Amino acid sequence: MNGVHDLGGLQDMGPVRHEKEEPVFHAAWEGRIYGIDRALRFMGKWNLDAWRHQIELLPPADYFRMTYYERWLQVNEQLAVKHGLVTPKELETGVPDPDSAKATPALTAAVAAQRLGRGIPSSHDPKVPPQFKVGQRVRARNMNPTGHTRLPRYARGKLGIITLDHGVYLFPDTNAHFQGEKRQHVYSVRFTARELWGVNTSPRDSVHLDMWDDYLERT
Amino acid sequence: MADDKTSLDRRGFLKYAATGAVAAAVPNPMHAQEHDHDHDHDHDHQVVPSDPALRTKALESLLVEKGLVDRAALDLLVDRFEHKVGPRNGARVVARAWVDPAYKQRLLIDAPSAIAELGYTSGQGEHMLVVENGPRVHNLVVCTLCSCYPWAVLGLPPVWYKSTAYRSRAVIDPRGVLREFGTQLDEDVEVHVWDSTAELRYIVLPERPAGTEGLNEEQLAALVTRDAMVGVSKVVPPGAKA
Repeated sequence: MNGVHDLGGLQDMGPVRHEKEEPVFHAAWEGRIYGIDRALRFMGKWNLDAWRHQIELLPPADYFRMTYYERWLQVNEQLAVKHGLVTPKELETGVPDPDSAKATPALTAAVAAQRLGRGIPSSHDPKVPPQFKVGQRVRARNMNPTGHTRLPRYARGKLGIITLDHGVYLFPDTNAHFQGEKRQHVYSVRFTARELWGVNTSPRDSVHLDMWDDYLERT
Repeated sequence: MADDKTSLDRRGFLKYAATGAVAAAVPNPMHAQEHDHDHDHDHDHQVVPSDPALRTKALESLLVEKGLVDRAALDLLVDRFEHKVGPRNGARVVARAWVDPAYKQRLLIDAPSAIAELGYTSGQGEHMLVVENGPRVHNLVVCTLCSCYPWAVLGLPPVWYKSTAYRSRAVIDPRGVLREFGTQLDEDVEVHVWDSTAELRYIVLPERPAGTEGLNEEQLAALVTRDAMVGVSKVVPPGAKA
């Protein structure tokens, strides 16, 4: 989806504001929503790609107005309702529906600690052959899917070179919509700054993006 | 949790939580924005502005009372990322790489295993790549699409890393962004920007500053900043001005 989250290359966002001695959380609720977010994701009702897409679906004005953790709060409320963990009425009243079944077992601290040690699924599965090889010149596809994608607009249609094969990963464009994992190789692809941004940039600079097989085509 | 300053009793809490949740269920951002400031209302509102602290509290209460999550699990997750995991982890990795060439080689070839040697494994740190700065190469890490960051070694990202300004400009104007952080690069240095578009997480191995030959690993680690490991600044020797 060509959404406002796809920020790479915009120039009107002002200076980068650097806060000295910045706390991890600026308010206690930010820590709590961080914990809630992680805990709910551990329950497996939605995956990381679906979560990211939910943030991308925030109306553009909201996306810019909200702080980072306000976005997290909003999408956790939305996902919790969408996947049946709470009802809109319960969110409205703040009290559980007396008729709702009590979920068991609850996510415990022990399970949370164990899940923290588990990473994002990937593999070097030999049954999934790479479509490209290191050193190959490739073009990022010119595509404009209306769902989730991790191919930023600024790289589409551009020529690059594969510098690394990272192995096999789930394909976010389908996984975000629960349409299958469609596992495939991910590569580090190097684009020169001039290819991306034109002649007024340094001829020495480059941007590396990580790209799935389905984002690339042969030149 | 520590935000009970408002000391709401349960009835008051539920009232506030409920009104917050109304705004959550029926988002009306412009309305909420207009009423962000505190003032007395003497007129009726259909939608009361939502307070994220109260909405978060309401959501937490629901999840706990419905038996979905133990509060202790949330406490653990918050504590882990507020107190246990942070850029000190990454600094130790960098310092080890500076003093131990064999470790550095392992780190550059297989970062997750080398980082695990120091006892750090969790969350987003599973698929990590370490990119090395040198006299002619400077690396900079960004996530233009969201906020991907090597949690296991650097903790949670600072606000500037997640800001629209950094995410938009790091790829098109890295040298301008670096200047704003006080990092001036020579023309002949190559800038390599790493946009974290997949599940790979990047950490910059900064250059060891001159004049630190006499420092031990611990003293070196104390010099390494989070910003240097994201690539917006360099590591400066002790006594020098950042």
